[in-house]
Amino acid sequence: MKASVIVFPGSNCDRDIQVALANSMGGPVEMVWHGQTEMAQTDLIVLPGGFSYGDYLRCGAMSARSPIMREVVARAQQGVAVLGICNGFQILLEAGLLPGALLLNAGRNFVCRDINIRVENSQTQFTSRYEQGQILRIPVAHHDGQYFADPDTLAELQAGDRIAFRYCGSAGDESANPNGSIDDIAGIFNDRRTVLGLMPHPERAADPLHGGTDGRGLLDSLVSALS
Amino acid sequence: MKARVHVSYKTGVLDPQGKAIGLTLKNLGFAGIGEVRQGKLIELELAESDANKARKAVEAMCEKLLANTVIENYAIELDNE
Repeated sequence: MKASVIVFPGSNCDRDIQVALANSMGGPVEMVWHGQTEMAQTDLIVLPGGFSYGDYLRCGAMSARSPIMREVVARAQQGVAVLGICNGFQILLEAGLLPGALLLNAGRNFVCRDINIRVENSQTQFTSRYEQGQILRIPVAHHDGQYFADPDTLAELQAGDRIAFRYCGSAGDESANPNGSIDDIAGIFNDRRTVLGLMPHPERAADPLHGGTDGRGLLDSLVSALS
Repeated sequence: MKARVHVSYKTGVLDPQGKAIGLTLKNLGFAGIGEVRQGKLIELELAESDANKARKAVEAMCEKLLANTVIENYAIELDNE
């Protein structure tokens, strides 16, 4: 399996996902600068978390129009797996690879803490290592994570089993939804389930030293599907 | 020619900053304030002197970058100076 991480100016989780993926794959992960227009053959493209272009205009707006994204969109259309984490999710939405938008958190605060998410569809290449309904403890760190979609788009996502993860509570958790996302949505798939965007950071819960390994299943799922 | 692009949230899109502004205005004693919405103003200098062509170009800029039409509306104002 070959994996590539796109690096934008202002990405800050690119190294984290590179290390986490390399550990799951047992091999190197290629880093691709956003200004490139071509990319070697790859089975997985990751758009990492961070604050690309300083979130100017709208989060992900500039990055979604950067030179490499034409190639990312073309590969996604061919069915190559694409994973967008946090800022990467924002970029996927701005690029039109996923529907909807991410707005400023309803509580207006930057939210940086561990949250619970429920696996809503374990029948995908991103989630096969999880049980349906499994609850994962994974960190979020964002200011603009309030998922929004118009009623028709939301109905389509629900009917098509395209909601990957929902924020959920556990004992002692008063506010399960950290950002006011519609329908508690934390991550969604495209219609073919080859593109996943999510706000939580699986790469920050992928090693025992992180304090949790619940995110590793997502990376391991991809490795088993794409190797 | 100068163009001004006003970008604002569509109806139904939650605007937490607008809400905070409204709340603060009420706290300052301003009465009778309904919903407050915050938007963006983008000013562009254009070499184009034909208003129709300029408007078309700015519309394309709005659709491609300046506004996210999933959540935002835009209005274009042209200034012939």
